[in-house]
Amino acid sequence: MQHTPTTDRFEVALGSEESAYALETRNLNIYYGDSRAVNELSMGFDRRKVTAIIGPSGCGKSTALRSFNRMNELIASARTEGEVLFHGVNVYDPGVDPVQVRRWIGMVFQKPNPFSKSIHENIAWGARINGYTGDFDELVEDSLKRVALWDEVKDKLKESAYALSGGQQQRLCIARAVALKPEILLMDEPTSALDPISTAKIEDLLDELKKQYTIIIVTHNMQQAGRVSDRTAFMLLGDLVEYADTKELFFNPRDERTENYISGRFG
Amino acid sequence: MASFIVYCYARFCKKAGTMKHGTIGFYPEERLGRLSFRRAPRPTERLIQAFLFFCAAVSILTTAGIIVVLGTESAGFFKEVSILEFFTGKEWQPSIGKFGIAPLFVATLTTSLTAMAVALPLGLAVAIYLAEYARPRVRETLKPVLEVLAGVPTVAYGYFALTVVTPFLRGLLGQENVEVYNTLSAGLVMGVLILPLISSMCEDALSSVPGSLREAAYAMGATKLETSVKIIVPAAFSGIAAAFILGLSRAVGETMIVALAAGAGPRLTLNPLRSAETMTGHIVRISGGDLSYDSMDYRSLFAIALVLFVSTLFLNILSRNIVKKYREVYE
Repeated sequence: MQHTPTTDRFEVALGSEESAYALETRNLNIYYGDSRAVNELSMGFDRRKVTAIIGPSGCGKSTALRSFNRMNELIASARTEGEVLFHGVNVYDPGVDPVQVRRWIGMVFQKPNPFSKSIHENIAWGARINGYTGDFDELVEDSLKRVALWDEVKDKLKESAYALSGGQQQRLCIARAVALKPEILLMDEPTSALDPISTAKIEDLLDELKKQYTIIIVTHNMQQAGRVSDRTAFMLLGDLVEYADTKELFFNPRDERTENYISGRFG
Repeated sequence: MASFIVYCYARFCKKAGTMKHGTIGFYPEERLGRLSFRRAPRPTERLIQAFLFFCAAVSILTTAGIIVVLGTESAGFFKEVSILEFFTGKEWQPSIGKFGIAPLFVATLTTSLTAMAVALPLGLAVAIYLAEYARPRVRETLKPVLEVLAGVPTVAYGYFALTVVTPFLRGLLGQENVEVYNTLSAGLVMGVLILPLISSMCEDALSSVPGSLREAAYAMGATKLETSVKIIVPAAFSGIAAAFILGLSRAVGETMIVALAAGAGPRLTLNPLRSAETMTGHIVRISGGDLSYDSMDYRSLFAIALVLFVSTLFLNILSRNIVKKYREVYE
């Protein structure tokens, strides 16, 4: 990566690691209207690791995740206070363009949501609007290979993405995000709409992807968190209850509420 | 009205106690241990069903009646004028027995396409604004205002075309180039008339594109414009195409504006600055005069009306098929 000198506080040299974390939140509060969905969340996400956020429905985990690349702003009633630091820049600073933030912090959603375009175009589109000038066929092939979808679709790249199965669509959505070469991939329950086999494929994929990307995955499937993540955060009613190495959190929880949740007493 | 009658009848039945069937009690123990699954007679139900069927039948019967009248009267016309002459003749002069529909048809085409050239881009732009950009409060004020446009009597539009738009065009392009009656003026104003139809149909189409597609685009660093124009509009293509065709069908059938502003005299021309008479405009002018029944002039109107009917029917069927064929099925 090219090392360009910093010209102002919104331009950051790529590759410089000012912070120990890929992403860090400080006193993050998120409201929907008058009700607070996330309370004073302060946590850091390690580089090139998979961090899982678990918790029962309504605990604010998805809300928190969606605030990391300012996707919450698409909801009219949502309001965010506090800081989300990416390369030392608070993404909520008034001078920051959310469009630029999202280009570096990609996202995969709960339900596969490919565009109503061809498979090829689903991947090429994002790169094109972001000014990619290289070889699109190469980019498409490379991105599809990264998500182990290439062999399944290489003969029907011109066909509509809707012709794929749900699991293939979701891998296409991951390929689409990966094609932009983001630094962070946010995944909001990416396998909750998929069958067990497709789920396993995506989980295998995460191991591969974390060599290059920082992955933050929200899941309400605790087994999944245990299988795929290096660090796990447990949230409850908008609070971060416990945040530790995954093994530590599952085998040796410090907080009683964490223990109750992971042992299936509620949630 | 119909629902009011149904309501009154239901109230009456309730008072008279005929809605409940049988005189035995409600709970099994009041029925002395009897449990009956016998089919209960429900006269009200059948009566209402018949009434509702009648309401639906009225509109179908009317349409059928129109087709019969158009068919029989045109049949009389086509006995004396060959279909070939009707469709290929370049002149429409009933007084000297020339019945070629081309001048009328071309004029209709000119005004309708002009109208669509105004209504589609503007309507789509309005729809994108309303569906993607406008805040809820702006949307709620703007939509009724647009609907008012559709509620203005078309005769008012006609005079607006004749007394405001035409003088403006003549000032802009030169008195000698633009005739007092011209298809351009009529078409432009008709575009404004159709605008609300297009914008509201397009807005429905855009709004029904699932939010997950918007999220997907934004999450890839797309701007609002890129998301709207490159993701949402293509995804709503079928609805937009249907809106276009329904708008065209409305333009083809529109009468008052073209009768007032486009011209009164058939003329075969593609120049929108000259006067020409559309199919609808011709029917209005001729049927307004003293016209003897059973004359060729009289029957020729039904032949024109049949062409109009078939073209709008064709356009409506086409729009339905487009919606069916290109509709994306989202989970």
